[in-house]
Amino acid sequence: MPTIVVEVMPKAELLDPQGKAVAGALARLGKSRFSGVRVGKRFEITVDGPADDAALADAQSIAEEILSNSVIEDVISVHYAGVDGFGSSAEADFETGNVTEDQQRIDAGSAAEHSRTENR
Amino acid sequence: MRIGVVTFPGSLDDRDAQRAIRLAGAEPVALWHGDHDLAGVDALVLPGGFSYGDYLRCGAIASLSPIMTEVIDAANKGMPVLGICNGFQMLAEAHLVEGGLIRNERGTFICRDQKLRVENTSTAWTSAFEPGQEIVIPLKNGEGGFVASRETLARLEGEGQVVFRYLETNPNGSLNDIAGVSNARGNVVGLMPHPEHAVEPGFGPDTAVAMRSGVDGLAFFASVIERTLVGA
Repeated sequence: MPTIVVEVMPKAELLDPQGKAVAGALARLGKSRFSGVRVGKRFEITVDGPADDAALADAQSIAEEILSNSVIEDVISVHYAGVDGFGSSAEADFETGNVTEDQQRIDAGSAAEHSRTENR
Repeated sequence: MRIGVVTFPGSLDDRDAQRAIRLAGAEPVALWHGDHDLAGVDALVLPGGFSYGDYLRCGAIASLSPIMTEVIDAANKGMPVLGICNGFQMLAEAHLVEGGLIRNERGTFICRDQKLRVENTSTAWTSAFEPGQEIVIPLKNGEGGFVASRETLARLEGEGQVVFRYLETNPNGSLNDIAGVSNARGNVVGLMPHPEHAVEPGFGPDTAVAMRSGVDGLAFFASVIERTLVGA
């Protein structure tokens, strides 16, 4: 069954005490290359039926109204998880749009995901 | 006067809130989150606790409970509603008050007797206080950092919707030291500290007079009782 992935992050301008605590632990372990950590949420929603635009639109509204609180969080991404390559490697995840490192990558990922959907 | 206290899965302070209402001289009415029924109460308390284990976001799932349809409707019609701690988080999630609550600045759970200043005595739940009165009631939460956008914050301050402010120390990183806010009409008030735990000598915060003798929480309930009597 298709899976929709929703990613939510605390607003960048707000303090993220959870991320700060993790970053503090990394610093204590001597992992000095990693100076900042922010912790967000990833929801994986199983869809009954076809992976169509209607389900994605429905998931988008759920993401904005229930899965996140716009006062404190932003919805980063709502997309179908790729059936193949899902989580198998970073490159595959970028291709299927599972990693939201930056906008460029997201755009590339969406394009790949679209072509994949058509092939299904 | 009958004041309803809604119990959600994971509520902890519902019984304490009922007891506070009784000690203040009103009749507490136990309400259940799964019902669509406010049992004809005159006012409502959303109590503290960890509804739904704080899953998703504190108060988020409870704010979608069946009874919240009636709570939101009654609040919008002017019924006094007090949200304490987790109840405050539910009010914010239900958009009955503005702003949001995030994890405490230093990441730790805080449990202490907290000094506050009452900033607005015209709300349904604060009219029995003196303007600017300083009170001490317990504070106990992990996610009590009040945040709001710059515009919202300016509006809350400008319209007198900041009802309580932390004094001496800001325990959780709340913007502008905000401990509690109201809606524009003043019938809905939410705060992180717990008035229901400071209502009976022997069980409240320490005071200069005697240990555990603090009863500053009683005035919250006295305010709403007085208001109803005057209105009736």
